[in-house]
Amino acid sequence: MPLLDREGLQADPFDRADPSAEGVIVPFDGLEEALESGSNRPVGVDLPNHVHPSRLASHLDRLALVAIDFPKFSDGRGFSLARMLREQGYRGRLRATGRILPDQFAFALHSGFDEVEISDEQAARLPVGQWQLAPHQFSDNYVDTRDGRVSVFKRRRAAREAA
Amino acid sequence: MYRYDEFDERLVRERIAQFREMVRRRIDGSLTEEEFTLLRQMNGLYLQLHAYMLRVAIPYGTLSGRQMRQLALIADRYDRGYGHFTTRQNIQYNWPRLRDVPDMLELLADVEMQCIQTSGNCIRNVTADHFAGVAADEIEDPRPTAELIRQWSTLHPEFSFLPRKFKIAVTGSAVDRAAVAVHDIGLRIVADAKGRIGYRVTVGGGLGRTPMIGKPVREFLPREELLPYLEAILRVYNLEGRRDNKYKARVKILVHELGTEAFVARVEEEYARIDRGAVEVDAAEVARIAAYFAPPAFEALPARSEAFEKAARDPDFARFARTNLFPHKAPGYTALTVSLKPIGAPPGDATSDQMRVLADLAERFSADELRVTHVQNIVLPHVRLDDVPEVWAALVEAGLATANSGLVTDIISCPGMDYCKLATARSIPIAQEISRRFADPERERAIGPLGIKISGCINACGHHHVGAIGILGLDKAGVENYQITLGGEPGDLASLGERLGPGIDADEVPAAIERIVDVYLALRTDEAETFIDTVRRVGLDPFKPALQPQEPVRAAA
Ligand code: SF4
Repeated sequence: MPLLDREGLQADPFDRADPSAEGVIVPFDGLEEALESGSNRPVGVDLPNHVHPSRLASHLDRLALVAIDFPKFSDGRGFSLARMLREQGYRGRLRATGRILPDQFAFALHSGFDEVEISDEQAARLPVGQWQLAPHQFSDNYVDTRDGRVSVFKRRRAAREAA
Repeated sequence: MYRYDEFDERLVRERIAQFREMVRRRIDGSLTEEEFTLLRQMNGLYLQLHAYMLRVAIPYGTLSGRQMRQLALIADRYDRGYGHFTTRQNIQYNWPRLRDVPDMLELLADVEMQCIQTSGNCIRNVTADHFAGVAADEIEDPRPTAELIRQWSTLHPEFSFLPRKFKIAVTGSAVDRAAVAVHDIGLRIVADAKGRIGYRVTVGGGLGRTPMIGKPVREFLPREELLPYLEAILRVYNLEGRRDNKYKARVKILVHELGTEAFVARVEEEYARIDRGAVEVDAAEVARIAAYFAPPAFEALPARSEAFEKAARDPDFARFARTNLFPHKAPGYTALTVSLKPIGAPPGDATSDQMRVLADLAERFSADELRVTHVQNIVLPHVRLDDVPEVWAALVEAGLATANSGLVTDIISCPGMDYCKLATARSIPIAQEISRRFADPERERAIGPLGIKISGCINACGHHHVGAIGILGLDKAGVENYQITLGGEPGDLASLGERLGPGIDADEVPAAIERIVDVYLALRTDEAETFIDTVRRVGLDPFKPALQPQEPVRAAA
């Protein structure tokens, strides 16, 4: 399925079924088994958005990807989960899957996601240009973001100190 | 008043550009109707019964004359020459066309206003005491806190798609005029033994179909911890709030289902983990924001004004002065409430001409400030007593001098069936009819403080649960039916009204309200015992017969 990051469409090195893909994404309840399998393929996991991220705590450094589901675009749990995983020190790929919209893409990047995986239907309806525009619609954020934006509060202070 | 800097200004302009693009993408089919609906709502745009409705944020209800004048211009150009002030200290336009909305937003942005997050499942416009900076019992002006929250919550990446809407209110006074106990989060500014400022935090208050009083989660939260702590609360809610049933999705249900103790434990656990440094705002920035709310330079005036006392020989002026003035902390000043509840009119409406009069009066007599109250009135917060006669004369001229602040005709009403597509009954016409019944100003004065609040459906936008008399319009087999509750209170002794009996028909409501008031007048110990105090003392039973027509209730007392 189409994969996008802030630069646009990207090839997806992971797959849930294809054994020839570089990496594999397994369901949450298959994670232990995949990690114990001894294979050296990178392992990713599909995290349902009702699972507390602390349940991944002991695996974080062995995970190459966490994919968090957005079952409905109005269900914003994934934004919290992403931030919490990053706060817990997860450094691997973080992917949003499901019904997410370009209008939420900036929020996703700010919360710590790297990329979104959408359906062919979404890709047809929501052209790549809309996704590429989204991160640039706002110049500033009032809060620090995971993709490196410094909050307006802090930038005002910096401006004061520079003056 | 707060002034936008380059950051605030740019964000609002970029938001409008985003909105224009969003409308275009709805038209070209990129966005489905369902998607567009939620996204436009986050820009304050609703689809009502007859037309779109645009809800403009008036953060913590504070406005300048220039802003009020711009609201008048928008009312003339894009609405039918009036606006509707709401219980959330906002203004709504009931007749805009979709294609005009971006231009309306530009006009708003020209005066540092916007519609961001006035709807949608996100953190809504923050409300505060409308007598902020005026009241003598104030520990601290709540508006710098509210402004800080406004900025922090604006387009918050993590908290823009919550289970449901989220309302925060702040009060800085000993007396709570912001009804913080019935908000998702209520913040009360408090000082500890060492004089440090912090917040008493309650969570899970709200009205709607399951009214609840907020539960205390922190007795003293140090000031600098405010935003990180709010993030912890919001995070627990975002993750655990119910999303299976929109009627159970507010945080009050989560607090209720988990129990306060378990909820607090979850929040504290999250709070311990949170990266506070990324969220805390340094003291210098807090002070920068607070400086905008520094009180105007009050003149040193005597506490009494000759001009005022002379004018008070006019009984109409005297009545107005008795009901519509609020004591000011600065001697020789007063805060003046302009009632938007003239007898028989829809509560909260103001014409564009009236808005311009208010703008002029604010500029000339009130340090260029206006406040919108959650009772749907307007306050001129800093008027010299010497100037009150002149202000009053101008208000009389504009049809704005109704002397009923806090009295029985100062009714809160939601739009109801006249505008709202969720309504199960009319509410504005009920308010109008009750208002006509109590039109005699002397009788109204004799009755004293009494809050009537009317909602046109169970969603309770008219706050009927916290009305001393609450009226809820329902639909019973195709006929409007009204439930009456007594004993609600939004402030310090927050309480929810209790149902008086079975529902009654629309045309019986005004007479029933009159009979209820008559029972009160017969039972009160003296004039000093207000309606709500009498209800609390005697209970509901003596009022029950008043629901029935032709019951000789006076005799029963
Ligand atoms: S209480 Fe009901 S009728 Fe009144 S505004 Fe709210 S949703 Fe509409």
